[in-house]
Amino acid sequence: MALLEVSNLGIAFGGLQAVDKLDLRIEQGQLYGLIGPNGAGKTTVFNMLTGVYKPTEGNIVLDGRDITGLPPARISQAGIARTFQNIRLFDKMSVLDNVKVGLHNRYKYNMLTGILRLPAYREKEHEMNREARKLLKIFELDKEEKLTASQLPYGKQRKLEIARALATNPKLLLLDEPAAGMNPNETAELMNTIKFVRDTFHISVLLIEHDMSFVMGICEYITVLNYGRELARGTGKEIRNNPNVIAAYLGGDD
Amino acid sequence: MLQRIKTMRSSTRSNLVTYGIVLGFYAAVQLLNAAGLLSSAFIGQLVPICAYVMLAISLNLTVGFLGELSLGHAGFMSIGAFSGVSFWMATQGRIPAWLGVLCALVIGAVCAGIFGLLIGVPVLRLEGDYLAIVTLAFGQIIVNVINALYIGIDARGLHISLKDAASLNLAEDGKVIINGAMGITNIPKASTFTLGIVLVVLTLAVVLNLIHSRAGRAITAIRDNEIAAQSIGINLTKYKLMAFIISAVFAGVAGVLYALNFTSLVSRRFDYNTSITILMFVVLGGMGSIRGSIIAAAALTVLPELMRSFGMESYRMLIYAIVLIAMMLFNSAPAAIEWRKKTAQKLQGVWAAHKKPAGTGSGKGAA
Repeated sequence: MALLEVSNLGIAFGGLQAVDKLDLRIEQGQLYGLIGPNGAGKTTVFNMLTGVYKPTEGNIVLDGRDITGLPPARISQAGIARTFQNIRLFDKMSVLDNVKVGLHNRYKYNMLTGILRLPAYREKEHEMNREARKLLKIFELDKEEKLTASQLPYGKQRKLEIARALATNPKLLLLDEPAAGMNPNETAELMNTIKFVRDTFHISVLLIEHDMSFVMGICEYITVLNYGRELARGTGKEIRNNPNVIAAYLGGDD
Repeated sequence: MLQRIKTMRSSTRSNLVTYGIVLGFYAAVQLLNAAGLLSSAFIGQLVPICAYVMLAISLNLTVGFLGELSLGHAGFMSIGAFSGVSFWMATQGRIPAWLGVLCALVIGAVCAGIFGLLIGVPVLRLEGDYLAIVTLAFGQIIVNVINALYIGIDARGLHISLKDAASLNLAEDGKVIINGAMGITNIPKASTFTLGIVLVVLTLAVVLNLIHSRAGRAITAIRDNEIAAQSIGINLTKYKLMAFIISAVFAGVAGVLYALNFTSLVSRRFDYNTSITILMFVVLGGMGSIRGSIIAAAALTVLPELMRSFGMESYRMLIYAIVLIAMMLFNSAPAAIEWRKKTAQKLQGVWAAHKKPAGTGSGKGAA
């Protein structure tokens, strides 16, 4: 059984059908790409998968559990984590705390334990610090843990966002344009990091990206979206040679 | 000891400084008072200072850490004040005074907390300006309802009316506790500066410990980015309500402390002007800065008294305004930020130059 099975997914905003009859099937451990021209509805798909938007049709099944229309916090607990196209960090919190918030549902103690500083507080905080630092180390952010998130340079902010998402212990990680604004070196490094993350944490990754060499270099399977509908799907090679895809990207005479 | 201070987390160190300021203030006041250097007007301000410091700290939890602008803080203060003092009046002479004060504080806290929950549930669905306006309205509703509230007690129990004192139908031995717009009168004063400082430290401990815990991180995360907070599994409603209710609870306690410092209590004292004043402490002290709230609340409560002694009390609002504008500019104008950076660098330079020759001598002693 696939990790994520999306069938007949659709959403309409008023009269506009933003996404229509979309099917996605992501296997355990797969690196999956979702591409398409601007305005194709890629981020809308992410927002439906993470509960920001409620789909008007269709089903989303994660690991055998129907999560269609659940609120975002519940979907996070079910095992989907994400990053955002326009980075959304907790700007005024420290780098370490950003990751520790991500651990929120994994290391629990109640409010009174925190206020009264009971032994469980010390113990859990200690575990959280250790776990958070482990994640920061993977993304080479361990030296910057005391800075506030907004003090980090852009590339590191992107990394911190991934670290925070991983802190929730997801089964599926959604990355919305992870390579945006990165130079070729950083992009190559990011590719390795994503593969490393997939292998170490045993998760599947679904990513949106415009950088084609990035997508072709990393994704094992790709769905192309155009005007909210699936235009093509297949391996990188199949997509590259698909005349419909070439037409959609370069403009052809349909 | 010094070594331990150096190695502890910077947040812990900063918290210790905050507690130190409060306790230092307490010690200084006690010393100056023993030396007879304090005017009676200033001594009269000590309990209100403690109450306002508590109000500023608790409002800072909502405004500075949760990031929601609440303009109804005085409403929670008045609920605490009236419920706590009603209990205090009703049990006069029946239970020991210390127990009465303690119960009054707890009752004020619980009642304000309940109203925090009742008001928080609908209000926290709103955002930004809308939330501010609705909390302002709720604050006014509370004040106006209490203004029309009559409560009396006799052998048969509590009597409540919204019409007039006569319709309470009290027995011969009964007494009116809350008399509508006249409020509560002839309150035996029970608040002391020491009690106030104890409560300030309690508020500080709860708020600071909360902020540096799992729940506090969730609250701050909601302030920084609601969508991202949701996406990592934080229950927005739960933590927004938690911050709002804790904030209301301490406003209630502060209300009891404040009210027990005066012989009479009317609800008009808790109208929106008071809410704005508390908000001003928070803004002036810096949103999200607990230490700032304390200093601003204390300074601005003393300021009118200070000006009175210089015969300038009619300029109070003018000076408030100038101080506020100056602080805003100092905090956020680009030119001011640049100037602050430069000055800090210069000072560091001076400090380093000053320290070098002196440091070689004292370094050995310290080691």
